[in-house]
Amino acid sequence: MQPNSATPFSSYDPGAFYCELTARDGDSGSAGLVRERISAIGLDALRLRARAAERDLFNLGITFTVYSESSAIDRILPFDCVPRIIAAAEWSVLERGVAQRVRALNLFLADIYNTRHITRDGVIPPELVYGNANYRPEMEGFPVRFGTYVHICGIDLVRDERGHFAVLEDNARTPSGVSYVVENRHLMLRAFPDLVAGMKLRPVDDYGRRLRSAMDEIAPEGIDNPQVVLLSPGIYNSAYFEHVFLAREMGVPLVEGADLTVEDDKVWMRTTAGLRRVHTIYRRIADDFLDPTVFRADSLLGVPGLIGAWRHGNVTLANAVGTGVADDKAVYAYMPRIIRYYLGEDAILSNVETHICGEPEGLAYTLANLEKLVVKPVGESGGYGITVGPRASRSELDAARAQLTADPANWISQPMISLSVAPTLTEAGLRPRHLDLRPFAITGRDTWVLPGGLSRVALKEGSLIVNSSQGGGSKDTWVLAE
Amino acid sequence: MSGLQRRTPLLTRDAEGLFWMARYVERVENLARLIDVTQTFESPGREAESWAALVAIMADYAGLQERGLAVDAMNVKRFYLLDPTNPTGIPACIEAARTNARTLRPLISTEMWMQLNVFHHDLLAIEPWELDGDALSRLCRRIKEGVQAHTGITEGTFFRDQGWHFYEIGRLIERADQTTRLLDIKYHLLTPGTVEERRVVELTQWNSLLRAAAGYHGFRRVAQAGFVPADVVAFLLGDTSFARSVALCVEQMDWHCSTLRSRYGLRDTAPVLERIEDLRVALGEPVLRLLPDGLHDFLDSMQRDLAKLGELIGTMFFRDWRPLKQSQEQSQSQSSPGGTQSQSQSQGTP
Repeated sequence: MQPNSATPFSSYDPGAFYCELTARDGDSGSAGLVRERISAIGLDALRLRARAAERDLFNLGITFTVYSESSAIDRILPFDCVPRIIAAAEWSVLERGVAQRVRALNLFLADIYNTRHITRDGVIPPELVYGNANYRPEMEGFPVRFGTYVHICGIDLVRDERGHFAVLEDNARTPSGVSYVVENRHLMLRAFPDLVAGMKLRPVDDYGRRLRSAMDEIAPEGIDNPQVVLLSPGIYNSAYFEHVFLAREMGVPLVEGADLTVEDDKVWMRTTAGLRRVHTIYRRIADDFLDPTVFRADSLLGVPGLIGAWRHGNVTLANAVGTGVADDKAVYAYMPRIIRYYLGEDAILSNVETHICGEPEGLAYTLANLEKLVVKPVGESGGYGITVGPRASRSELDAARAQLTADPANWISQPMISLSVAPTLTEAGLRPRHLDLRPFAITGRDTWVLPGGLSRVALKEGSLIVNSSQGGGSKDTWVLAE
Repeated sequence: MSGLQRRTPLLTRDAEGLFWMARYVERVENLARLIDVTQTFESPGREAESWAALVAIMADYAGLQERGLAVDAMNVKRFYLLDPTNPTGIPACIEAARTNARTLRPLISTEMWMQLNVFHHDLLAIEPWELDGDALSRLCRRIKEGVQAHTGITEGTFFRDQGWHFYEIGRLIERADQTTRLLDIKYHLLTPGTVEERRVVELTQWNSLLRAAAGYHGFRRVAQAGFVPADVVAFLLGDTSFARSVALCVEQMDWHCSTLRSRYGLRDTAPVLERIEDLRVALGEPVLRLLPDGLHDFLDSMQRDLAKLGELIGTMFFRDWRPLKQSQEQSQSQSSPGGTQSQSQSQGTP
């Protein structure tokens, strides 16, 4: 392809940011090939096909629901047709890094809910762990199969201007987004077969089978053919499509709280042929809502007696209760030390430098450098409550300062990272947009990492917030096989 | 773990969802048929009369009154085609069908969901001009075709386990009910004038009714040249070769219930099968005895019986039904050779 004015890439300029598609090596020429093919298709055809692809997503109901004050609107997660490419060598580091992190998270949870060595050895302040809102005393001394608490884990990675990956956040409760990884690939193959042709990509459609085997593995011991179910809050949950997707991929019933009942400390589901035992529950309901007799009494989503059945060892919950203490944004700051403590090795994936405002020096530093830092509440997810210092107005900074001083322990701060960019189709043509990567790991007896993960892209120019609830989109993520 | 599971469990909630999804979709088609035939019954200058008949068979006078609407052509058409707050109208039915489908997405095929999802968007975007003149008939055809696409996709893609039987039973109850309503519309139509005028009008009306039920050509094939109204009634109610006849619906319900019993061990099908048998007996009554005055009452009681059948299925399988675990585990382990035999015997779907 001649670099003439007709090339969509001729006006593309990532500036000082690391670009996932134009600043590459070690990809055996794939990125170059993708650029050539996109140029050959041309902007107009690309737009038409992208629009048709998105209409497909809407008609297929591959949507999430956004709730405003009075209405519920089905939205698709916008799909950007320019793929994100991860070279084989890069992936092998990420894969090992993610697996290492999951191992450490599980060892940490086993320790704090049982022997408590790590706090006794002074690696992490006890109050940060045992005083944490997501610490569950109900878990103390309770054994889990294979020592696995975090069966499904999503780890958010970002890439700085030099192309180095770092962990931004761990998601050890009920990480979502994996359905889009698989559906994006299906869509790519349907709508852009000419982009994918001949590429050697690691497949992503094995996720459901892997998840099902892990759920089978962790079922209470001695069960031959365990009944697995996926417990969803129901159609009004914004991630309902994903629940459908996962139940379908695993071939298990999608149940709601009212479909289950507990008797004799065993969990049963209501079927047309009567009550039937349930052995493993992949629950997409937060701890608080699982069992109104133990946690929030006003929860209508859960199952009365569920925690009792679980403590009797008659049913397995995935993820285990109480994993939220491990993916807490304040605990996150200690992860490199946690990894070294349990595994005796350095973290393969580094952390983003983090200041804990619950600690005096962290608070002092944050308040002194507010306009340079990104301030995040520790308990929130979905990109809510974040103040991006360099982008904030005077009054926004003042508001953040007031919140920090009022409740320092609720906040952490991080330097602003120059998130990498990738060419993204916009009204103006291909433009750089920031993105992150959320790989998913499944752990039963062992850990398996889905090749790639969800690449979320901030569609607004200059924006760093990639969350779907706040104007984010996604890309198909290609892990090259060689 | 290898090998295939022979019988997968079905949640009561999903069985109920399938039953109702099928009913609502079927109702949409039948409403379109009713509206279509009502328009053909319009006689110049007295349009409101045929629309009043539609309102009567749907028992919707109160609904129109609540909205302060007089029974005229435009109000009734809007009531059934545009008003989402009318629970017996097409917008509410398609909404209910889609809401059920949404909870059923793990079970139904992607193609079923996609078609229903798009069809739903389509029906909620009906424009007022489509209710007028020749546009209305085209609209009704589009609605019928949408439902037929649904039924065809279901036939070709829906997994045939327990859920499919509940889906079919729901659809059949609804279809039988709607055929009785279609027939009942004739009762509510006034046919004044001289004897000869009445004979001509009646003939036209019976033919329209047959056309609306997609039974016109079938009837021609089996009827004598000089047919009487009783023949049409006997055909719509009792001819098991006619796809929308009540008798065929009842026969198929019976097969689905028996299969649920033999193949899936659902023992509480017994009282349901008894009720189906009652319906069959009632249908055996000679039609001539019903005419001219007994037909409306007969159709009324048939509708009541179908409603009771639906309720019974609800209490037996969907709600509050929770037999003892003990007996349950036993019946689960009874994968007896007898069950397998009846399974292979019943492969031939009626």
